Amino acid sequence: MAVFRDVMPAFELFQPTSASDAVTLLAEHGSDAWVMAGGQDSFDWLKDRIKRPKVVVDLSQVSGMSGVRDLDGGVEIGAMTTLTTLVGDPLIRERFPILSEAAGVVASPQIRNQGTIGGNISQDTRCWYYRGGMPCYRAGGNVCYADTPTAINREHAILGADRCVAVSPSDTAPALVALDAKIVIQGPSGERVVDAEDYFIGPGIDITRMHVLKPGELLVAIRIPATWAGTDYYFEKVRDRPVWDFPLVNIAAVKVVNGGTIERIRIVLNGVAAHPWRLAQVENAVTGKPADESTAAMAGEMSIEGAFPLRHNGYKVPLMRNLVKRAIRGVQEA
Amino acid sequence: MPEFTNGNIPVVTGDTPPVRGKLVGQDYATPDMVAKVTGKSKYSEDFRADGMLFAKLLLSPYPHARIVNIDASEALAMPGVKCIVTKDELPGAADYITDLGEKIEADKRSDVGLAMEPMYQGEPILALAAVDELTAADAIEKIRVTYERLPFVVDPFVSLRPGGPNARTDGNTWARPEAAPGEEPGPLDVVEVKWTEEDFKEYAEGKMPMGKPTDEWSFGDVEEGFKNAALVLDETFATPNTSHQALEPRTCMAYWQGGKLFVHVGSQSTIQTVPAVARWMNMSEDDIVVISEYTGGGFGAKIRGTVQIVIPAILARKCNAPVMLRASREDEHNIGGARPSVTGRVKCGFDKDGRITALDMYTVADNGPYARNGDYSNAATMVSLLYQPPAMRWRGITVLTNTPPRTAQSQPGGMQGITLMEPLLAKAARQLNIDQVEIHKINAPEGKARFGPPSGAGAQAYTTSCFMKEALDSGAAMFNWKERAAASGTRNGSKVRGVGVASSTFVGGSRGFDGLLVIKPDGKLYIQTGVGNLGTGNYSDSQRVAAEMMGVPWEKVVVTWGGTNKNLPWSCASGGSQTTHATTRAAHAAATDAIAKLREIAARALGGRPADYLVGGERVYRRGGGASMSLAQAAQRAIAMGGRYDGHELPEDINKITATSAKNMAGQGLMGVARDNYDQDGRAFSFVAAFAEVEIDVETGSYQILDFLAVADVGTVIHPSALGGQILGRSMLGIGHALGQKWVYDQHLGIPLAKRFYQNRPPTILDAPVKMQWGALNIPDPETPVGARGIGEPPVASGCCAILNAISDALGDEIFRRAPVSLDMILTSLEAGKPVTEPMTAHV
Repeated sequence: MAVFRDVMPAFELFQPTSASDAVTLLAEHGSDAWVMAGGQDSFDWLKDRIKRPKVVVDLSQVSGMSGVRDLDGGVEIGAMTTLTTLVGDPLIRERFPILSEAAGVVASPQIRNQGTIGGNISQDTRCWYYRGGMPCYRAGGNVCYADTPTAINREHAILGADRCVAVSPSDTAPALVALDAKIVIQGPSGERVVDAEDYFIGPGIDITRMHVLKPGELLVAIRIPATWAGTDYYFEKVRDRPVWDFPLVNIAAVKVVNGGTIERIRIVLNGVAAHPWRLAQVENAVTGKPADESTAAMAGEMSIEGAFPLRHNGYKVPLMRNLVKRAIRGVQEA
Repeated sequence: MPEFTNGNIPVVTGDTPPVRGKLVGQDYATPDMVAKVTGKSKYSEDFRADGMLFAKLLLSPYPHARIVNIDASEALAMPGVKCIVTKDELPGAADYITDLGEKIEADKRSDVGLAMEPMYQGEPILALAAVDELTAADAIEKIRVTYERLPFVVDPFVSLRPGGPNARTDGNTWARPEAAPGEEPGPLDVVEVKWTEEDFKEYAEGKMPMGKPTDEWSFGDVEEGFKNAALVLDETFATPNTSHQALEPRTCMAYWQGGKLFVHVGSQSTIQTVPAVARWMNMSEDDIVVISEYTGGGFGAKIRGTVQIVIPAILARKCNAPVMLRASREDEHNIGGARPSVTGRVKCGFDKDGRITALDMYTVADNGPYARNGDYSNAATMVSLLYQPPAMRWRGITVLTNTPPRTAQSQPGGMQGITLMEPLLAKAARQLNIDQVEIHKINAPEGKARFGPPSGAGAQAYTTSCFMKEALDSGAAMFNWKERAAASGTRNGSKVRGVGVASSTFVGGSRGFDGLLVIKPDGKLYIQTGVGNLGTGNYSDSQRVAAEMMGVPWEKVVVTWGGTNKNLPWSCASGGSQTTHATTRAAHAAATDAIAKLREIAARALGGRPADYLVGGERVYRRGGGASMSLAQAAQRAIAMGGRYDGHELPEDINKITATSAKNMAGQGLMGVARDNYDQDGRAFSFVAAFAEVEIDVETGSYQILDFLAVADVGTVIHPSALGGQILGRSMLGIGHALGQKWVYDQHLGIPLAKRFYQNRPPTILDAPVKMQWGALNIPDPETPVGARGIGEPPVASGCCAILNAISDALGDEIFRRAPVSLDMILTSLEAGKPVTEPMTAHV
């Protein structure tokens, strides 16, 4: 049978108006259903006819799933809140500017207008072999096309690879992990809340998924506790084009520095592994140390221990090291 | 300072005031502007016809295969599916008969639109027509094709290795067979060329192997030049393969009516699409109507429409219904054309002042599987013009690969050749301790500059005029070059700034086309043009020359374009930056003819001799006052007089298509119709100097362009804002080649990995530097009546190379050996202290 791309196949479309209706529909259709938020990831898959759901549940008409509200000094963000909203939301800008900064560098203005926070953290990887429809591990096959001697893997993983070398492409995900956010999930049996750090999973846990959502489940909100509200932070996204591009590597760090000494810190990178890569050991090692060049250098070197570059992505190792240094000591001015 | 710049009030300089009239040299709103900004403009895809079907393509999954069997029975049984077409039902490549009756034999191996031996992954094998696109897509999936896989190669150097695979079963390059002494070599043919292991011995060190070429030429004493050099550099560099990526895909629609074929297609050249379709369909030009009102960008890949037009045309005949082939972005990657990568090795000698003493250049191009692409050769011609080496040798080969067909893209060959040279020139300046602008100036062409291989008689061709040095001087002053160059390379924390300058050139005009206009009794001037409306504004801009000459206000001018059923003349193809030059000449010729006729009519009606009369202010009036008549009255008289005055008698030297259109318009008013027979001694080329400042972050390798300026020597400025749009727009096209635009292929699988915009990364509007300026010298070309030349292509290479040279000025010469220069190259090279990314593996 011939392969055809770039015309969306037919499917049954549901546009529920409440989260509970959406959950009911998802429960009813199980693995036949595809959840669509802003559509920026979904439309690619659908138009390329690689993912062929029988049912699409479009969340655009659901009420009560977007917006930002105060939650005990932290915030609760509806999963359907657009990235553009997050960029400009006063509460986010005041308490968690790292998140508005991260949201502000996603893709392009048009995509940020359409794309949602829930979609941004739940999107699939952009490995071009996988997106091209190759029958790889992640697609249910038994080969990784990106990890062969001739593969072009400039954008792939240097850490945590397990058969699959794809990376998570989200810009907001590392910021949410750094902020110790909680992901609120509704399912047929009610609500469960998982730490952002546990929401994202690598190929060792499930090679076909990048997060813990099961068929029938719906991400409804993200809660960010007050723990890191108003603290110092560092965010940087390194990409090929200044707009409309996924990160090659990005870094999100929140920190409390007192009298030049790091009191507490969380550092998370993305684009280096299949999930946001938290540097827990580095965090421990630098806590209590001065936020200076030598701590930064130590942290940078520590961060890349165990990194295993492929043929074309060796640059990610010094890039990661340098970004970690910057997260500790900032960007060198003159 | 240049006379025209954006944001500045024009300043007239020089002894000869340039042509600057009420229309020429003034900004205005083009006739299509409102339609474009309100979305009312209709592109091919916007047309619908009653009962129209949609066609979709079945694409080869393999880079090279032979079709053993096609079973479409299940698809054809689906409701709504009408028919399929394969290559066997296409007319195939037909011979071409020129105006002069010369037969140009068709290349039987050219791309005809569909293939039974697909030669690249994604090549169309068959097309299917159905009532809607969804049905067509579902039906394509039900077709079973049996393939016999064949050897393939996507990298020129892999194919050139001993025993390397060939892209075609009959060979891996194009060459003319060697001729016996005194005899002409035979026609181009596909042949096999393999180099030796010895040729490849320096490959691993990043030095391009230079085995047996298929083409070579030289002039001057190259060896002597190297002997006398104070510095000799030997550099290998590679430019990327890049898709044209016009925003409008090559959607085309066709239907048959009264025995005629009507096609809607985006084209750079409305009228010249007629003979092209006639040839592809093997039918008479008289039976073809092309509608092409708006074209959303071409850049060389829609010069005469697109060969895929045959697909809906044949399906429409077969199904007896209009058919639209709506091209997707994926289709554009496959069939949309692309610039070939050229890898080059240049050995260049300089004297202590930076003047080139000798240049030895070898180019290897990635040709794709079909017709010979000339970029590898054109690269050398443009280098010979731009740097004026006293002695030069060029050798080259274009290697067939199983990748999509290449076609001319803005500044074809010139872009690649100049990009091979510019980083080398910048390096030489650093090693000789010469200012970057100065080394460009000392090697710059001027006046009637010679270029290219010597002809049989030993003489080189030369330009009409050239003010490259003036463009460099103007730009350096505007950019405050000296001060900024002095600070280049200064480190500020993790940031380093660098400035770069680059020069560029390309063909700036052709000639010999027709002008056609009519003054009607309503007093309006109706001007016909056969060029395409591809966004440059030329279809209208050049016609202002005729209105200016006849003193007709622009409000009373009606420009007709966009459909060959609308009586269009034979106009130039909008490619090779020839249009402004060619169409201002044709407009000038037609206006001159009309003015002569007006004066004759006035003399006959009002007494005196034609020479006693002048044309202006919408009247024909007697010199020094006295009798006059309006253009409206003269038009009425022309109709009464008939003959040559109203188009019933036509000049013999105009094209037959112009003659047909003129006959259709005869009797409507006073007709101006003429072929451009103006002399020209040299060949028209345009020139650009570009300047850029970049800031690089050495901890991430990422960089941004802070400032960009391009100054053009393009002759007389016709429409300043359109010119500025071309200079900066095409600079951006070049800048894309520096920043990140490229193809990526998996060599083992032979498949493209970067097919979508977010993967192959053309620059977006938000990649454009915030500060971007242009200037134009506005020095008229002395060998064309209006003094104007084309500008579309020359800014491409200077846009790319100003960025490359700014990067190396900031960081030194040990950073990159290929373009685009991505941040990983910069970061890993800085880490290693030497260029890490090797230059020759294709498509990485």
